[in-house]
Amino acid sequence: MTVSNPALERKNPQHQLEELDAVTIRFAGDSGDGMQLAGTQFTNASAILGNDISTLPDFPAEIRAPAGTLAGVSGFQVHFSKYDIHTPGDRLNTLVAMNPAALKTNLKDLEPGGILIVNSDAFTTADLHKAGYKNNPLEDGSLKGYKIYHIPINKLNREAVSQVKLSPREADRCKNFFALGLVYWLYERPLEPTLRWIRDKFAKNPAVLEANTRTLKAGYNYGETTETIAVHYKVPKAEIKPGRYRKITGNEALAMGLVTATQLANIPLVYASYPITPASDILHHLSELKRFGVRTLQAEDEIAAIGMAIGASFGGAMGVTATSGPGVCLKSEAIGLAVMTELPCLIVDVQRGGPSTGLPTKTEQADLLQAMFGRNGECPVAIVAPCSPADCFNMTFEAIRLAISFMTPVFLLSDGYLANGAEPWLIPNVANLPKIKIRHPAAPESNGNGTGEFMPYQRDERLVRQWAIPGTPGLEHRIGGLEKEDVTGNVSYDPINHEHMVKTRAQKIANIANDIPELTVTGPQEGDLLVIGWGGTYGAITTAVQRAQRKGYKVAATHLRYLNPMPKNTAAILKRYKKILVPELNSGQLRLLLRSYFLVDALGLNKIQGRPFLVSEIEEKIAQMLS
Amino acid sequence: MSAATTALPTLTAKDLASDQEVRWCPGCGDYSILAQMKKALATLGIPREKMIFISGIGCSSRFPYYMNTYGFHTIHGRAPTFATGLKVTNPELQVWVITGDGDGLSIGGNHLIHAIRRNVDMKIVLFNNEIYGLTKGQYSPTSRIGTRTKSSPQGSIDNPLRPLSLAIGAEATFVARTIDVDINHLTEVLRRASAHKGAAFIEIYQNCKIFNDDVFQYATDKSIKADNTLHLEHGKPLIFGKDRNKGIRLHGLDPEVVNLGSGISVDDLLIHDERAEEPSLAYLLSRMVYPRFPECVGIFRAVQRPTYDEVLNKQIEEVRRAKGPGKLEDLFASDDIWVVE
Repeated sequence: MTVSNPALERKNPQHQLEELDAVTIRFAGDSGDGMQLAGTQFTNASAILGNDISTLPDFPAEIRAPAGTLAGVSGFQVHFSKYDIHTPGDRLNTLVAMNPAALKTNLKDLEPGGILIVNSDAFTTADLHKAGYKNNPLEDGSLKGYKIYHIPINKLNREAVSQVKLSPREADRCKNFFALGLVYWLYERPLEPTLRWIRDKFAKNPAVLEANTRTLKAGYNYGETTETIAVHYKVPKAEIKPGRYRKITGNEALAMGLVTATQLANIPLVYASYPITPASDILHHLSELKRFGVRTLQAEDEIAAIGMAIGASFGGAMGVTATSGPGVCLKSEAIGLAVMTELPCLIVDVQRGGPSTGLPTKTEQADLLQAMFGRNGECPVAIVAPCSPADCFNMTFEAIRLAISFMTPVFLLSDGYLANGAEPWLIPNVANLPKIKIRHPAAPESNGNGTGEFMPYQRDERLVRQWAIPGTPGLEHRIGGLEKEDVTGNVSYDPINHEHMVKTRAQKIANIANDIPELTVTGPQEGDLLVIGWGGTYGAITTAVQRAQRKGYKVAATHLRYLNPMPKNTAAILKRYKKILVPELNSGQLRLLLRSYFLVDALGLNKIQGRPFLVSEIEEKIAQMLS
Repeated sequence: MSAATTALPTLTAKDLASDQEVRWCPGCGDYSILAQMKKALATLGIPREKMIFISGIGCSSRFPYYMNTYGFHTIHGRAPTFATGLKVTNPELQVWVITGDGDGLSIGGNHLIHAIRRNVDMKIVLFNNEIYGLTKGQYSPTSRIGTRTKSSPQGSIDNPLRPLSLAIGAEATFVARTIDVDINHLTEVLRRASAHKGAAFIEIYQNCKIFNDDVFQYATDKSIKADNTLHLEHGKPLIFGKDRNKGIRLHGLDPEVVNLGSGISVDDLLIHDERAEEPSLAYLLSRMVYPRFPECVGIFRAVQRPTYDEVLNKQIEEVRRAKGPGKLEDLFASDDIWVVE
């Protein structure tokens, strides 16, 4: 699309315009300062401009921690570039700090000489004290290593909205848009997408609409007309694959994947969940999609949510529930029931820092072994994991395909980083998406046992049983959590049958390996080092490995999106490299699996700080292992 | 099911029996409940494939295996959740939840109250034997204080729950009580529950021959039960007793037992109203406990409210009517789009 920006047409000749390849910027302020919104708007504007983007929202678990405190700081990081990027960026080129607490908690990530925009009005004695500053850092010379701009944002914002009838409090709440306008000028972003958003969002509140419009423009014009900031920058469009794009977060992609897969399978989607960070947004998205026949249920607890999902699946719908680690603990028994009754069901685990309540708003990948083994008895389930926000669409589609096709519960392991992070998404052509085939038996003879009696646990050659749904005459049958006799499905305590059934359930999941794509390798097909990861670390691993390759290292990367079973060629690939590195945001869970399955001497790079990997961390480890 | 245009399926109780051997203890009250359930359902004109029994864990929860309908023996206490998911998916099914005092009131208390308050169209039958049978005899959430069991050798100290009071507190639209051995009454209550649209909650006094024998003797022994139970009938005064000479009168906000005659007439007695909008009367009746009072059996409450499954599906229809069915192309494009050439 073309974006017109009248403000750009009257350029101030005093300003220099420099071109950059990529920029990482972070908006940081109090949780009530609207930093998530400012960051999201900046991301949209950059995406529409044609940059590649990757984002990292970072906010506290408390909705409104005491204003001005370190605990209440909320940040939103955007990496935008003229080339293909996979991560939200390691070091900040620009930091916008709306108060002293935001400065204090975020300054360490700003590169030396980086741009620091501070709201100087917020550096009052009281706020400095709350942030733990003895001296005002704007005055004590401690920031001289940065390009610092003191902007009286409170004052300038109030002036910008002075003609609009608003309470002082309402007026102050617009200040994030002043800051945003200024940064739009700094990086030559178009205002129009945000102006359009303001018009839609505040259509029923003309005063707020007007105020936000004015202050956004005022921020932009402040940059343009004053000579406070001498240089501004542009980041040209990225060279990315042609097509129609939109920005998408992991949770949005996941919700769309659910709707798309069930529409193409032509079955109802029943989504039941209990509110939990960082999964709740999936429920919010889906409850807006009733046009697609989506039934959403907000359950009384986590157990009820999965019970509803399994009940729906028994009834012929695709039952889905989403949660985070603590919720998975509560659902474990019901997942076992779905394994025993061999019903399709999707459990989405948007992982967060654990154990227990842990770090609700921070990311981690520490539920892999819980998904693999966290149930009583030997209770195998299929597990998939998307590798980027947009990949949440693909892997959700896959999870549903496998659940239906193999009559099994499937785990999808997302995480807080993928769920809230955003990237451009190449919008798929609906006609090219695969269909998912479902065949419900219609008559007792349909499973061909020749008796005229329906056998609920009769299996096909892949060991998959049929999905007979209540309401179908002649197929009345009972299922449950007690051990089943194979074929008939009757309750059985027979020892030999039990061993047979445990092995059959395991083999059925193992058979999924015949129905998933093989693992591919980026880089040399054999060599000194293979870096293997899973889930949201894909971007950091890929970028680090590409950089190391450019430096001449014989290093390759591969990424597991199917974790149980793993692709058939996993063992063969692992054997082609002298060393194996497994970077994970846990203490080494995939590493444990790889070592035990394949007897390889896999080494780990493990970070357990509630934050994603920096590219540099993986790059350094690669260099260290190969030097 | 459209009863008007197709012949009603004619079933016998035998058609509803599965081929599985029933494995409750000899003399267990569950046998009678199973028999009356088959008898009641056979006469309703509902095809077998439209019925489903969903249970949790416990002796009573083996029930689905013995019915030749669809069935789901789920996990401890959670049956109402599976039933909710199923009913929302297929509102045409008649969904029965079979539970017990341990399953429904202890481990599953949360799901029970939420299924009831949502008014999901399901029939919840709670077999109350005031004991944990399948785990061999521990006191349950309905055991009376002082119940001596393996886990309470000096007598239980937990105050018992009254299942019907709980259901009424959770805004139940249909609440009833019956007794395993009172077979005609039991059949009739099951029929009424089946006809109710919404969450129906039925408590059945059920004797556990092995671990809690005769705990309901006062209500089942022919020689004394008329004095210890009161059969509720809509619009009728609350009269009971072998000689039908006793009644329940309201004294302030409390019920009291009175003898008819000697200046007290039928006109002084409380009149039962199962359709009362406010559940106060039903609650009061649910609090009457032997030996101070006769215990009520029958329909305590039967009112109509929209059901959860109905409203949930209606919201979908309304959106589709207003905006048309969703198209994936529109969904994908539901944000700013840009084109890379």
